[in-house]
Amino acid sequence: MKIKNNIAVSDNGFIFNPASGESFTVNQVGLDILNLLRKGEKQETIIQQLSEKYQADKAVIERDLSDFQAMIKQYHLIQNEE
Amino acid sequence: MTAKARYERPLIKKLESNMPNKFGLRTEFEPLTHIDGVSVDSLIADYGSPVFVLSEQKIRSKFKAARQAFETRYPRVQFAWSYKTNYLSAVCNVFHQEGSWAEVVSGFEYDKAIRHGVDGSYIIFNGPDKTEEDLRKAITNNSLIHIDHLDELYMIQDIARETKQKPKVAIRVNMDTGIYPMWDRFGFNYENGQAWDALNKIMFSGLLELVGLHTHIGTFMLSPNAYAIAASKLANLAQRVQQKYSHEINYIDMGGGFSSRNTLKGAYLPGTDTNPSIDEFAEAITSALMNSEYRPKTPPLLILETGRALIDEAGYLLGSVIANKRLSDGRRATILDVGVNLLFTSFWYDHKITPAQEFTSYTEDTVIYGPLCMNIDVVRENVSLPLLNKGDKVVIHYVGAYNMTQWMQFITLRPNVVMVDLDGKPHLIRKNESIDSIENLEEIPTHLSHFEL
Amino acid sequence: MKNNKKLTIAVTGLNAIDSPGPGVSVIRGLLEAKSFDCRIIGLAYESLEPGIYMHDLVDKTYHIPYPSAGTEALYNRLMYIHEKEKLDLVIPNFDAELYSFIKLAGKLKQSGIHSFLPTLEQFEARQKVNLPEFGKKFNIHVPQSKAVYSSAEIFSLEQEYGWPLVIKGKYYDASLVYNSDQAATAFNKISARWGLPIIVQQFIHGTEYNVTGLGDGNGNTIAAVPMRKQYITDKGKAWGGITITDQKALDLTAHFLKSTKWRGAFELELMKNKAGEYYLLEINPRIPAWIYLAVGVGQNIPEALTKLALDWPTEAFTSYEAGKMFIRYAWDMIVDLNEFQQISTHGEL
Ligand SMILES: Cc1ncc(COP(=O)(O)O)c(C=O)c1O
Repeated sequence: MKIKNNIAVSDNGFIFNPASGESFTVNQVGLDILNLLRKGEKQETIIQQLSEKYQADKAVIERDLSDFQAMIKQYHLIQNEE
Repeated sequence: MTAKARYERPLIKKLESNMPNKFGLRTEFEPLTHIDGVSVDSLIADYGSPVFVLSEQKIRSKFKAARQAFETRYPRVQFAWSYKTNYLSAVCNVFHQEGSWAEVVSGFEYDKAIRHGVDGSYIIFNGPDKTEEDLRKAITNNSLIHIDHLDELYMIQDIARETKQKPKVAIRVNMDTGIYPMWDRFGFNYENGQAWDALNKIMFSGLLELVGLHTHIGTFMLSPNAYAIAASKLANLAQRVQQKYSHEINYIDMGGGFSSRNTLKGAYLPGTDTNPSIDEFAEAITSALMNSEYRPKTPPLLILETGRALIDEAGYLLGSVIANKRLSDGRRATILDVGVNLLFTSFWYDHKITPAQEFTSYTEDTVIYGPLCMNIDVVRENVSLPLLNKGDKVVIHYVGAYNMTQWMQFITLRPNVVMVDLDGKPHLIRKNESIDSIENLEEIPTHLSHFEL
Repeated sequence: MKNNKKLTIAVTGLNAIDSPGPGVSVIRGLLEAKSFDCRIIGLAYESLEPGIYMHDLVDKTYHIPYPSAGTEALYNRLMYIHEKEKLDLVIPNFDAELYSFIKLAGKLKQSGIHSFLPTLEQFEARQKVNLPEFGKKFNIHVPQSKAVYSSAEIFSLEQEYGWPLVIKGKYYDASLVYNSDQAATAFNKISARWGLPIIVQQFIHGTEYNVTGLGDGNGNTIAAVPMRKQYITDKGKAWGGITITDQKALDLTAHFLKSTKWRGAFELELMKNKAGEYYLLEINPRIPAWIYLAVGVGQNIPEALTKLALDWPTEAFTSYEAGKMFIRYAWDMIVDLNEFQQISTHGEL
């Protein structure tokens, strides 16, 4: 899963989609995930990196990550979604 | 090794281009981590989750403020603790230590007051359901019997005739105070003359001693003026009794009904901002009494049966997050281990809910469900809360009134109730139920005691 | 003569949209004041309120919490803003926020933030539910109305009031109905949204006039300007209006101020029937969106309100130009995304 190239993600968690004109805000964990996705990181790497940075079980992170991914997909921020 | 950062579940929120629509959501995420100096974490660790916690300090200070509100305005004031609001013995005794009489509405509550050590003459017996046995006991104990209907009046007269005792009675009066709905199912109506008729019956019979007049106009009242109307109507009845029979009643009992700081469902502004204070109710009642035409030699004792307003804010319900999920329409739902089984009042309040730990300022609109496998188990339909994780603790505020009496043993058992004393020390005041506490009451007929599957 | 202290004034209602908040017009009045200079701090609920981006009018804008979050949250936010900006005065302009600001007025004043608002009693007395009593008490014609709790009660009123009837929610919403079916529908719809009671009001046929003005709290009229709407949008808002000389409307206003000792700005909605009698339909306890018309004809109400709030000597306006019009227009600003991002994520711009 990769986020679209043209999506602007600012350091303070403001997201702008120039194609749709929609804007969003994310919290710190959400921002970390977007940045990792943008780098093209794999699911496992993302979970690993988050679990190193934050105090949380991998299982919890994994569940929240998939919920978050479902949301960004719903908001059309993902590349070549079919 | 550096400590890891606190985890918060990832959140993305679309910035909606809404114009101020005046109906933004309340955010209530200011965390409450301690109750009277005791941490929520330790309370849950020691007593389990969920757990009800009562603050003795809050009960006493609220009571003192209420008493002061009336006593600075009127010479003779007496509170009577309305048992149904919360009849845990520890709670009742705090009120009795503060000088409250007892106000009861059933044989069960009556016996409870007697067991607590309240002298019978300081018990007010209200309500439509008093059995003959209840009445005999109350009459013998010199209790104050507030008559609800004519059948009760006749029964008391019969007992009085038979036992040659002179029961102390008042009548409950219902009336139009401009409040909707009018509680006209209790007592005798003022406007249509029923109340005056009942008073005449009592005075004519000579069997009973008419000591007072009582009303209770409703609960969670938001209008002090309704109390002013009620007080002047009772004063008018007292005056007519005085004129016709040269008889002075001892007291006027204005019942309960003052609102607490809770927010009613559908209200736009929070109850903490809009609901009248006890001082406003006190002002309305006492000035109506003093401005009335009723001029007895001694001013009648003013009795208040305030329940909710004295105990709601002293009660907290602590619970934990069981799970988070997303509903089919994308809304966030959070399931707590606290549901309508314990929080009956969530049917009419938007209870204030706060987390018990610090959070970032990110919030999400959430439905709060209880743990019951039942669709109506909704604690809040929509509240903006920080991003709670499974296991996080929450505090539900202003739950001291009615929940610990109207709770249901449904699907699961009732939890511990703890009171934090004035020194910040928690005491268990009601033990959690076990399967035995329920099953010990049951009996299985022999032919049903075995089965094979 | 100008006071040499530059005032810092916070203003809400920056939503200059098709159903506009008064904020931007209030600010224009303040900036044109002859007796003081001022800096304007905008207070906004949402990130797209146009006033936020009008940098020639508004020096800085802060988000504030919705009134439903309670006065404590509002107070804390205002104290945060006060620490940074040293506010002298706050002028709230939304109906829904007035209650909270009135409640906080005393506390804010202790911190040096003045305001000039009606008392809570005045604010409550003019609620729709209380209007009949208000009319009786102050001897002002108001349409007959009654608060009802069931749609059946409406039908007992139809004889007394005649059709059509106005069915109103306790705080918001109103609909004009011509028969029992419509009345029942309106009752259900409005009560589902706003709760009970529902107010059933007699409909007064006639011409509508509005008066905006300012009372000093002692019964004196400081300002009063009557206007007739010339063009009304589908949301019922004036898009054009004209000042008129109407002694009866002015007399009624003076009587209203004298008998209620109204404190603060207000707008009266009046209906003149065929017999030439005035009925008071509603009292809005704040400055209306068309206030700049009053400024334009010689009565700078925002300026006078500021002076009253600060306890400066304030003379009453005695005249205004009749026959001046206001015509509202929409204006498209070009705004950089950064600005939107800034206010959305930091709540300040
Ligand atoms: C007779 C009587 N007195 C007092 C109360 C206590 O009312 P509240 O808790 O609203 O103060 C009640 C409650 O219903 C009541 O029925």
